[in-house]
Amino acid sequence: MTVCFDEMKGEDGNLRATYEGLDAWLRDLSPDVLDQRCQEAEFLFRRIGITFNVYGEADATERLIPFDVIPRIIAADEWKRLERGLTQRVKAINLYLKDIYGRREILRKGLIPEDLVFQNQVFRPEMNGQKVPHDIYIHIAGIDIVRVAADTFYVLEDNVRTPSGVSYMLENREIMMRLFPDLFSRYRVAPVENYPDELLATLRSVAPDTAAAEPNVVLLSPGIYNSAYFEHSFLADKLGIELVEGRDLMVKGGVVSMRTTEGPKRVDVIYRRVDDDFLDPLSFRPDSTLGVPGLMSAYHAGNVTLANAVGTGIADDKAIYSYMPEIVKFYLGEEPILQNVPTWRCREPDHLAYVLEHLPELVVKEVHGSGGYGMLIGPMADKGKLAAFRTRIEADPKNYIAQPTLALSTCPTWVDRGVAPRHIDLRPFVLTGSDTVRIVPGGLTRVALQRGSLVVNSSQGGGTKDTWVLDV
Amino acid sequence: MLSRTADNLYWVARYVERADYLARILEVTMRLTALPLAYVGSTNEWDSAVATAGCGNGFFSHYSEANEDTVREFLAFSAANTSSIRNCIELARTNARAVRTALTSEMWEVINDSWLTLKKFGKGPTSREEFMRFLRFVQETSLRFDGSAYRTMLRTDAYWFFRLGLNIERADNTARILDTKYHLLLPEDTHIGGPLDYYQWAAILRSVSALTSYHWVYRESLKPWLIADLLILNPKMPRSLASCYDNLVIDCDALAEAYGRQGTSQRKARGIRTRLANSRMTEIFQNGLHEFITEFISNNNELGSAISRQYLM
Amino acid sequence: MRIRVSHRTVYRYDKPLSRVIQTLRLTPRPHDGQHVVRWRIDVSEDCRLEAQDDAFGNVTHAFSADGPVSHLEVLVEGEVETQDTDGIVRGAIERFPPSLYLRETPLTVADPPIRQFARDAVAGREGEIAVLHALLGAVHEAVVFDTDPTHVTTTASEAFGLRRGVCQDLAHVFIAGARSLGIPSRYVGGYLHRSDGVVAQEAGHAWVESWVPELGWVAFDPAHSISATEAYVRVAIGLDYLGAAPVRGTRFGGIGETLEVEVQVDQAFHQVQS
Repeated sequence: MTVCFDEMKGEDGNLRATYEGLDAWLRDLSPDVLDQRCQEAEFLFRRIGITFNVYGEADATERLIPFDVIPRIIAADEWKRLERGLTQRVKAINLYLKDIYGRREILRKGLIPEDLVFQNQVFRPEMNGQKVPHDIYIHIAGIDIVRVAADTFYVLEDNVRTPSGVSYMLENREIMMRLFPDLFSRYRVAPVENYPDELLATLRSVAPDTAAAEPNVVLLSPGIYNSAYFEHSFLADKLGIELVEGRDLMVKGGVVSMRTTEGPKRVDVIYRRVDDDFLDPLSFRPDSTLGVPGLMSAYHAGNVTLANAVGTGIADDKAIYSYMPEIVKFYLGEEPILQNVPTWRCREPDHLAYVLEHLPELVVKEVHGSGGYGMLIGPMADKGKLAAFRTRIEADPKNYIAQPTLALSTCPTWVDRGVAPRHIDLRPFVLTGSDTVRIVPGGLTRVALQRGSLVVNSSQGGGTKDTWVLDV
Repeated sequence: MLSRTADNLYWVARYVERADYLARILEVTMRLTALPLAYVGSTNEWDSAVATAGCGNGFFSHYSEANEDTVREFLAFSAANTSSIRNCIELARTNARAVRTALTSEMWEVINDSWLTLKKFGKGPTSREEFMRFLRFVQETSLRFDGSAYRTMLRTDAYWFFRLGLNIERADNTARILDTKYHLLLPEDTHIGGPLDYYQWAAILRSVSALTSYHWVYRESLKPWLIADLLILNPKMPRSLASCYDNLVIDCDALAEAYGRQGTSQRKARGIRTRLANSRMTEIFQNGLHEFITEFISNNNELGSAISRQYLM
Repeated sequence: MRIRVSHRTVYRYDKPLSRVIQTLRLTPRPHDGQHVVRWRIDVSEDCRLEAQDDAFGNVTHAFSADGPVSHLEVLVEGEVETQDTDGIVRGAIERFPPSLYLRETPLTVADPPIRQFARDAVAGREGEIAVLHALLGAVHEAVVFDTDPTHVTTTASEAFGLRRGVCQDLAHVFIAGARSLGIPSRYVGGYLHRSDGVVAQEAGHAWVESWVPELGWVAFDPAHSISATEAYVRVAIGLDYLGAAPVRGTRFGGIGETLEVEVQVDQAFHQVQS
């Protein structure tokens, strides 16, 4: 493996200033105490019921995401740069979506191939020419960032459909503050606990013009069997809004209402955690029972805001990702602050040739896959797997992109009664309202708990850490 | 509040109450069957337990004979029995999970803990000692759950829907015991002081946790008509039909007050309570205890449907 | 040709519905070959019909009604004046560039047999028009009209496997084949005035429009193996049946549904004379 940047010890092995306090604290602490704290943390998580559901596992449908007690620390100046970059990127994505479902200037200019949009299943023709309240498509974005060197952060993926994980950001902090008050006293850590307030302010700011002065905001969940159900109920609770399912809502006269014990009550903003396909059986999959029949007609009539908007997948699709630098330049006239990972598009013959030649060094992804599925990590794959993947790429090059194997930064992590470096990423959450862009300092740090592993997804054995952004 | 949320709260309460009831039936039956035959007669108490649990049809489509093994299995652990204790706790938790934001964290922790504990019992304990511990655990769950609701919930509509579920289920359970055992309580059928019936009467009282209460209320040895009075008309006894309906009227009125509107549920609950308040045991026996109970069960179900139509759909 | 359309849909329930919501695509728009003289929709329940254009430019009407409803009737009635344009559709609302209509949908996936079939059918033909006519004849030939084996959710691939289907299925097979050949194609729902004098029909009609660069959108009817004529009343377009469906709805409650559809397509002057 190539040498990785370590968040604590940099590239050269010298302790970085931000981690001095943590280092000293770790030295003071006996492994027994830390071990005990880990068990307490697990007990707390299980007791509160912070679990996620795993699809296809009938028996153990509720699992804990492993939590690592050693925080990941980001310096104030590092964060400021990330924050500017995130704001810029999300602004550009919003303008891009408005354009794609409106005038389509970017296609006319030929900056993105038309077929990449029109032939893409995540493009929603139903949204064409439809206005969304306040022209905002992405109210909540989770942008996955990795660090490969002291000054190099890459955006790995934009999640602008129904990004999840923010409940872990909040609960991780709660649990850390309960378990390690002493460690907190050595640092000035920017709080994240205001996230629910910021989210609510964002959602209220985007209510449609026809809404009452006090807009009714609800969270629409697919229900208790969804993998992120815990998060849905957690957020609804923190925001003080109703957690609804499709069957709780109905559309009449172009207006959405919810069934309450006191009769129907109008709904103005729906923070929806149901995928596009299932939102409205009269517009999308006719067999969906999770959605609300007629929802799209109320949406098109301008009487309800969906957060995020329908059809935002055409912004975070892996096939579109590689065009993000052009998107930022085109809509904002600025150079992107956050870099993309260099990406080869197998649809382009010269890129394809390069990819096939360098397969063992590359990470190859299906353009429509997610969660680390349908992926080849070249350096980890044996000959058979490489050959199989080569055949798949050759059969349908359009379906793949490739990237260099990134040396994701590592962070000290508690494993087997000892501290060892493990690879991490970061998912900050960007909120866009009609008034302003809000970013709570930090985000969710995911960690690949297996030694050497680069896969941080919770569905594939990844864990999480508390993320500290220092105030000074 | 969302109709579905109210519905979930109502059913959480019902399922926990039902689990508690089944645990008491099983405990009492185990106790009775442990006595020498001379004390309890030759009736099959396991048959009676199945009947009291209200799942005769389901049971006999799975088993040909009611005995300790089959009844314990079916009432406590069977996945095939939708009202087994295991299923009640699972369903209570499923409902609770769907409305976590409407429960207090204390309530959620009780129900989640007991669900986790339930898993530890696996397919069901084999030894009697272990099984008794299981039954105690179920009863403690309902005590803790009720208690935490009483101590931590805001007195808003959520609380009243929770209470409605609890009291409807409780009234139904007490009525079912009476429905199965009414023949033991008929005055003409008694050989007073006979040991056979004594243990049966004690068992009835135990199954509503009222053996001690009986003595405090009546200061007499066990008399069947007094037992009937305690279970049906005595408002001091928390599981009596009268007490359940005192509470149901309070719960319904609180909702009417909160929403500024009343409907069928309120009228129905008051009607049933008035009927209980104006009844005397002598008249009930004259007109037929069994008929009275049958009619009560059907009225109680109608109130359940009325609540459902008025608020939960 | 002046065409008079009457389209009545009646739903009956043994146990009444508690609620119903529907989106209708039952109103034609004018284009160069089609002038809408008059058109109206009636729903038997008291409710508001909310008119909206969908993303393809079709006129939609949404309505909902609260039960109990044991009988629901949707009546569409109107007159359209048409002209023969050799199947070429001009002056219609176009919300997308033609290339959008290369998009695959679940109902129109071109599986390997359909791809092979389309390639074989057009072998040796040059130019879109020749290719499309060859495909038209081949689909008409290969898939026998049969109302039995298929239903509204049958995919192109299933219908092609059966070699049987209704106009909807033939349209799907044609669309899948044409798109696999790189020709943008779309689904059209509407009415057909039958030349054999039969007025009462069991359903509306469905056909296809394909993009020919030098002509624009050209309508083909694989059920009759011809380009659309003045006998065709064009109501809605979409990527497939679902996008142009005359009725999409959800009902709550209601048991024992029976559905009765009556479509009458007639020349208007007959009515005047009688």
